[in-house]
Amino acid sequence: MPFIANFPFFCILITMFGGILTSMVNGKWAFRINTVIITATLVLNGTLLMFLIKDPQYFTFMMGHYPAPWGNEIRFGPLEALMGTVFSFVTLCSLISGKDEVFHDVKPRNLHYFYIMINLLLSSLFALIYTNDLFTAYVFVEINTICACAIVMAKENGKTLAATLRYLIMSLLGSGLFLLSIVLTYDITGQLLMVPAHEAFQRIFATGEYQIPLTIILGLVCVAMAIKSALFPFHTWLSHAHGSATTASSAILSGLVLKGYIIMLIKIIVRVVGLEVVVQLKAVNILFVMAVLAMIIGSLDAIKENHIKRMIAFSSVAQMGYIYMGIGLGNMAGLIVACFHIIVHAITKPMLFSSAGGLASASGHKKDFASLKGAAYRNPIAAAAFLIGSLSMIGIPFFAGFGAKYYLSMAAIGMGAKMWVVLFALAVSTVLNAIYYIRVISIIFSKTEGEVVERHKNAPSYTFAMTVFIIVNVLLGLFYQPVMDVITVGMGLL
Amino acid sequence: MGPNLFVNYYEATAMILFGIGFTTMLLHPNLIKKIIGLNIMDTAIYLFLAAKGYIHGKLAPIIVNGDLAMETYINPIPSSLVLTGIVVSVSVTAISLSLVQKLYRKYNTLDIDEIMFKAGQEEEE
Repeated sequence: MPFIANFPFFCILITMFGGILTSMVNGKWAFRINTVIITATLVLNGTLLMFLIKDPQYFTFMMGHYPAPWGNEIRFGPLEALMGTVFSFVTLCSLISGKDEVFHDVKPRNLHYFYIMINLLLSSLFALIYTNDLFTAYVFVEINTICACAIVMAKENGKTLAATLRYLIMSLLGSGLFLLSIVLTYDITGQLLMVPAHEAFQRIFATGEYQIPLTIILGLVCVAMAIKSALFPFHTWLSHAHGSATTASSAILSGLVLKGYIIMLIKIIVRVVGLEVVVQLKAVNILFVMAVLAMIIGSLDAIKENHIKRMIAFSSVAQMGYIYMGIGLGNMAGLIVACFHIIVHAITKPMLFSSAGGLASASGHKKDFASLKGAAYRNPIAAAAFLIGSLSMIGIPFFAGFGAKYYLSMAAIGMGAKMWVVLFALAVSTVLNAIYYIRVISIIFSKTEGEVVERHKNAPSYTFAMTVFIIVNVLLGLFYQPVMDVITVGMGLL
Repeated sequence: MGPNLFVNYYEATAMILFGIGFTTMLLHPNLIKKIIGLNIMDTAIYLFLAAKGYIHGKLAPIIVNGDLAMETYINPIPSSLVLTGIVVSVSVTAISLSLVQKLYRKYNTLDIDEIMFKAGQEEEE
């Protein structure tokens, strides 16, 4: 096995180690150490991705050299490396662009705790992407929950504490269901590693026995992951948690934390249970229905909002609907689109949150639409990022969101009644997305008569991070084919 | 299904307890009772695991007198999973309790509806 196969393990380890290191220094140094560590994971993941694009294969990395059914494994290929790279990149940019707001919102003596949590959060996300063991996944799901709650409540005012409470309760209910499903899986297969469990599931399904336990396991996993990634009707916690947290937290929560669980769900569907079994047990149809409702109701809720961050959070509910719709189609093309949209949303939504943070900073840290009037002239780079992000989320051609919608409708072709539902839902949700995003764009670009525009001074780090965000978004919108190719290859090997 | 329920009474009890814990956590307005519900839910799963790992008439998986035969002992993996699970559940309980403490100091109540109402009234900063 080449040395490069150790990289995913290094990523998990150095981010964890970073958590320990940042606990010993003050806020400013914590930020610096954090930046270095996340850059290192970006380099490691990026190198791994380059290596695996050149030579697509799957590595199984045995931890402690114990074979199944006792040992613990990391298993990865092009798809995992791509997700890891995107996750490192997005965390890095969100933290750099949100730095000033974090230093404004979090008490100075608690600053380094915030960065500890970010490190552990990223570590758990990497573990969720790379692990091949169901129980390890559960442990890291819980670590993820704790860290996510901690970065929401870092602001420590009444609203964020109440939002955290909501989030924590829903998350823990989801974790409980996930644990139950893992225990049931162990009960009927005797395996916790994904690949041996898959073989056991195939044997059990072929005999035709244990149909009810299989359906229950699948149902539990789907509901657990739907709760944790805020699929309609379990989305009530999301707008409060993401809307009230500090900007960097909102960006990371919306862009990455929700996605970690979906990647886990896709891995369970493909690698553990097997897509054919899932389709025959009809579990995907439930996800499909919930996804369609999420797309429409999330957008309707967003239209009603007059708080920019809560509006973007509701837009996340709708975008989760797109991802789950891809999974709900129940074919390989659908899953590939789901993965592609995970990347699109992971890159676009944090940019939107960061730009909303920038626009709000230029308007006296107020986030309601009345205060944001004309904010584009006070903070042009944030406005440019917001414009590009919105156009991508609406699905205008030449932006990344368009690619996702195009491939989603392509994947739906030949799926019978589902095709018409997909096309109809896509059309309706595009119009709804346009309604609320264009409203905000027109508000921030409208000048008050006779007002003297006072340019907001952005920190150089903010300008830099937003520029990188914009460039990556535009590039992804123009050249999404290579990304799709990597996902297709990775999915085939999964 | 009927007879199986009595044979597997440990598992049946575990599922009933899980249901009790889950509904308490979801629906009870008192935050401390919610956390108790969380613990009942987790403990129910540990009972289920322990019951599944036990094989009637076998010994605890600790090697004595150099007997290495697999048939002598019960399955040790579920027990270790329970231990890991307990650690996880203690940490989430700790963070929940600290959050509840903070909210109690701020709003002087443990009722979730009241807290949500009061937090909703607060001015956005």
